[in-house]
Amino acid sequence: MILHVENPVVEVHDLTVSYDRKPVLWGVDLTLPAGSLVGVIGPNGAGKSTLIKAVMDLLSAGSGYVRIFGKPIEEVRNRISYVPQRESVDWDFPASVFDVVLMGRYGKLGLFSRPRKADKDAAMEALEKVNMQAFAKRQISQLSGGQQQRVFLARALAQNADIYFMDEPFAGVDIATETAIIELLRTMREQGKTVVVVHHDLQSAAEYFDWVVLLNMRLVASGPTEKVLTQELLEHTYGGRLTVLTKVGDLLRKQQFPAREKK
Amino acid sequence: MNQFLEFFSFADANVRYVTLGSVLLASSSAVVGCFTLLRKRALVGDAVAHAVLPGVCLAFILSGTKNPLILLLGAFVTGWFSLIVIDFITSRSRIKEDTAIGLVLSVFFGIGILLLTSIQHSGNASQSGLDKFLFGKAASLVGEDLITFSIVAVLLLVTTLVFYKELMLLCFDQAYAKTIGFPVRTLELLLTTLTVLAVVVGIQAVGVVLMAAMLITPAAAARFWTDKLKLMLVIAALIGAFSGVAGAFVSYTAPAMPTGPWIVLIVSMIAIASFSFAPKKGWFSRIARQRRNRRLILEENLLKLLYHLGEQKQDFFSPRSLPNLLERRNIPKDQARTGLDKLRRQGYVEKSKEGWRLTTQGQKRGRRVVRLHRLWELYLTQYLNLASDHVHEDAETIEHIITPDLEQKLMEELNYPQLDPHSAKIP
Repeated sequence: MILHVENPVVEVHDLTVSYDRKPVLWGVDLTLPAGSLVGVIGPNGAGKSTLIKAVMDLLSAGSGYVRIFGKPIEEVRNRISYVPQRESVDWDFPASVFDVVLMGRYGKLGLFSRPRKADKDAAMEALEKVNMQAFAKRQISQLSGGQQQRVFLARALAQNADIYFMDEPFAGVDIATETAIIELLRTMREQGKTVVVVHHDLQSAAEYFDWVVLLNMRLVASGPTEKVLTQELLEHTYGGRLTVLTKVGDLLRKQQFPAREKK
Repeated sequence: MNQFLEFFSFADANVRYVTLGSVLLASSSAVVGCFTLLRKRALVGDAVAHAVLPGVCLAFILSGTKNPLILLLGAFVTGWFSLIVIDFITSRSRIKEDTAIGLVLSVFFGIGILLLTSIQHSGNASQSGLDKFLFGKAASLVGEDLITFSIVAVLLLVTTLVFYKELMLLCFDQAYAKTIGFPVRTLELLLTTLTVLAVVVGIQAVGVVLMAAMLITPAAAARFWTDKLKLMLVIAALIGAFSGVAGAFVSYTAPAMPTGPWIVLIVSMIAIASFSFAPKKGWFSRIARQRRNRRLILEENLLKLLYHLGEQKQDFFSPRSLPNLLERRNIPKDQARTGLDKLRRQGYVEKSKEGWRLTTQGQKRGRRVVRLHRLWELYLTQYLNLASDHVHEDAETIEHIITPDLEQKLMEELNYPQLDPHSAKIP
């Protein structure tokens, strides 16, 4: 059940990603339609974050390629925004909420130049969208988990990108934040933006997303939510551990063997 | 004392130069150190510091001169090389970074000491003074050396400021920096180069053994005083500058003394003082807060006792004797007396011959504490399903910390209740 679309915003072709020689994603092939809310779903260790990181070129792929808007990512960085996992940074950093959101403008500014008034306005607007304007001057270590997530989201919004990749934005946030975030994502979709979200909660997935990617070390399914979130495909994703696949992966690491022959 | 005046009048041109040089060196390495610290590479600074020694010695052996530029270059090369080795070991083997740093640091330093010893025994007359690189000698910062080193120091400061925004993002969130198209590899290289350069220029004043302290300690101390990066850079620079002056002074008044240990001692004193006295994060401020909390709890408990007695006797404003008061609760007598005295000064209780009595304000505050206690008990039984005989202990502490805001929320959620779980009236 892997559906492909015409004129995709994201095209992943034969992507294999390894950590220390052990493949965690095998040969992923998928395309995503423009203007949709996409959920990337699968059990722990399925390679959801790995997929996003490989798409963002934060991890190097063992094989395959990624095209966004039909181009290699390096050429379209200014149209793409990434929201990393909240725990990926040290929040005890000497910066205020506003400082962090302003970082969303750095890409447009380029090296050397300092943020201008317009950038500060944009950062403030982004903060208003996530309802955090009152916290602008707050030190980031004093934020709750949900507030940290909103700050990261505001930073991404300040980028004014066309496609957003979010790594577990709903992990460990309160109900109010979750509702606020999903509202925001829907507004973004209405403006024609594409949002790809790594998500781990099956219950809400059907309600939140209009395109779902099911992942468990390999691509199980990719397609419209109602076609993908079926009993059978879910069992396929969550049930039946791929013992042999894992063992082969372990073997590759142990023997320091390449997953693909070098061309 | 005379020497002190002599030094700080800066009448001697030499003193002026040495001081200026030390200040520049110390503050520039402190500023660079802030980023090294925030990037959690503090140990790397130490490895580089030790690894520059063989470079200095090799440069001397190969060139035969003590030209500062050449020595600097040698130091720079081995400093950098050590980092490459650390990187190589970490990425190509199962050895973790801390182990790699430990290995590289000791190997490079060992080679450095070997070279230094062989130079000293070579009978080369121009070698004297090379050993100053071990523990530093600020007073030897004169003439052309000083100019060279100062230029590098100024360069370091300017580069850090020019790349302020890039370095900040690199330290906070490297992955994100890459996704917005920043040349992360280059920026990493830049920060590493800055770190190596800071070490290289600093060793003249502090010496290789203790240079890491100049890089990291001012930054660590500054972090205690502020949550703003810009301010942190300024404070670190000031701490560095101060220790630089102190080092120059020591070096001037006691020529036999190595400067490094003195500078490091002084900067460490400042750091310890920062850990102790900094507002909010400092040790003393934490102790003070705990004392304040204890005092608040004692005072509110006393008011609560008076209120409880009043409730029982349906007469809030008659005086109660101290033993009578302490029957219900075990508070040491002297503590109770101090607490009551404090409350009297604040106008919550009055003292007469028969004992202590609540004022109107005291009765109000006592009532609030009792109300919060009972509200919290009710909340725990209703929302957390705790048994009613388990909730008292919790409420004993929570009653002191609930703010008026939370009190209002609590009232709403509990739907303005009348009775607590023990069927006592909520006042």
